[in-house]
Amino acid sequence: MKPSADSGAKQGLSGRRAFLGLAAVGAGGLLLAPGVHLMEVAQAAAPGTAAAGANPKVRWGLLIDTRKCASGCTDCVNACNTENGLSGGTTPTDAQWIRKIEIKALKTGHSASLPVMCQHCAEPPCVDVCPTGASFKRTDGIVLVDRHSCIGCRYCVMACPYQARSFVHEPLTGQKPEVPRGKGCVEGCTLCVHRIDKGGTPACVEACDRAGHHAMLFGDLNDPDSAISQRVREVATMQLRADLRLDPGVRYQGLT
Amino acid sequence: MRRSTLARRAVAWLLLAGAACSGAALAQSTVAGRVPTPVIEKARGESCVAEPAFMRRNHMDLLKHQRDETVHRGVRDPRSSLKGCIECHASSATGSVAAAPTDFCASCHSYAAVKVDCFECHASKPKAAAVLPANHPAHARLAALWRSLPAVGAVAR
Repeated sequence: MKPSADSGAKQGLSGRRAFLGLAAVGAGGLLLAPGVHLMEVAQAAAPGTAAAGANPKVRWGLLIDTRKCASGCTDCVNACNTENGLSGGTTPTDAQWIRKIEIKALKTGHSASLPVMCQHCAEPPCVDVCPTGASFKRTDGIVLVDRHSCIGCRYCVMACPYQARSFVHEPLTGQKPEVPRGKGCVEGCTLCVHRIDKGGTPACVEACDRAGHHAMLFGDLNDPDSAISQRVREVATMQLRADLRLDPGVRYQGLT
Repeated sequence: MRRSTLARRAVAWLLLAGAACSGAALAQSTVAGRVPTPVIEKARGESCVAEPAFMRRNHMDLLKHQRDETVHRGVRDPRSSLKGCIECHASSATGSVAAAPTDFCASCHSYAAVKVDCFECHASKPKAAAVLPANHPAHARLAALWRSLPAVGAVAR
């Protein structure tokens, strides 16, 4: 008369199996309608076409040799402004992704000139305080702002001990296609992520090398064979405000 | 009598609306009465990443998906990126997808009354915006498009 509880359970199970089978077929190549595939699934299947994206095994970092960084030289700053479409202004309301600072040890009188940008911390306080998740750390260690979800609250600007974040106050025009920027969003050094994703190096590093200073070294801190890893192993380097234990990815040589 | 005229008019409107929706790659801008239809300039490249009908309905979802992939995961596939769209669809005259009311994104979005925020941050022009020589045939085509759109053209000019 009635199907037993046991057979009902079996039917339920086989129904679920059929559904799972269908789901597996769908996952293989998601069919939205006859002949219409979700684009990204089709592309993921094609080898060599899509870029691999951020590699979680990598930790991108910079090593800045302050002994080679001349006081008054702004090649890296200019390159950053050109690459990212920044105005180059230095008023409090202008976006500055990288600044040159002069420091002097009061007791010894030792002075140094160095560029300071987002230090791409392993434990970024800007990410901790962001209420929308717009401030985030990529798996390869680059700290970024997702402008799509940034609401412009500027908590991260307050949280950053390096004053590396800027806020865009005015409407912008003429942005670079690679670097979208807009009013109402916080922004900062991206380590030229659009270049890194294509296998390139940040514009500041390239400009410094091109000018023959060779004061900036970019590379993977996780790869023991990379030039930057070998250098930080051989020479004494330091992180700015290491006492905060944020583990910045930018290191400095020649500071005492 | 009056009723049949109305019915015929209604049918004509429907046909026009249908024609507007099923526009070919280069839709002729037909101005029937007071209803302007979007001007769709022919894109560069052989074909879009998906069927036009699919793109019309779903381009926003594809773009949103791609933006998260790119910003958070660093996947920069030019085929499905906004930059990729712009490279094919930028107007041959203005070099942009949103500068003039007849440009690709602007024409449909103003027609559908959907505000497009993308270009407050994103560049609406491809990297090397081609400057058209004065005798380029695209100028004549754009001029024709302008003429056929008196209402929109008058506002823009």
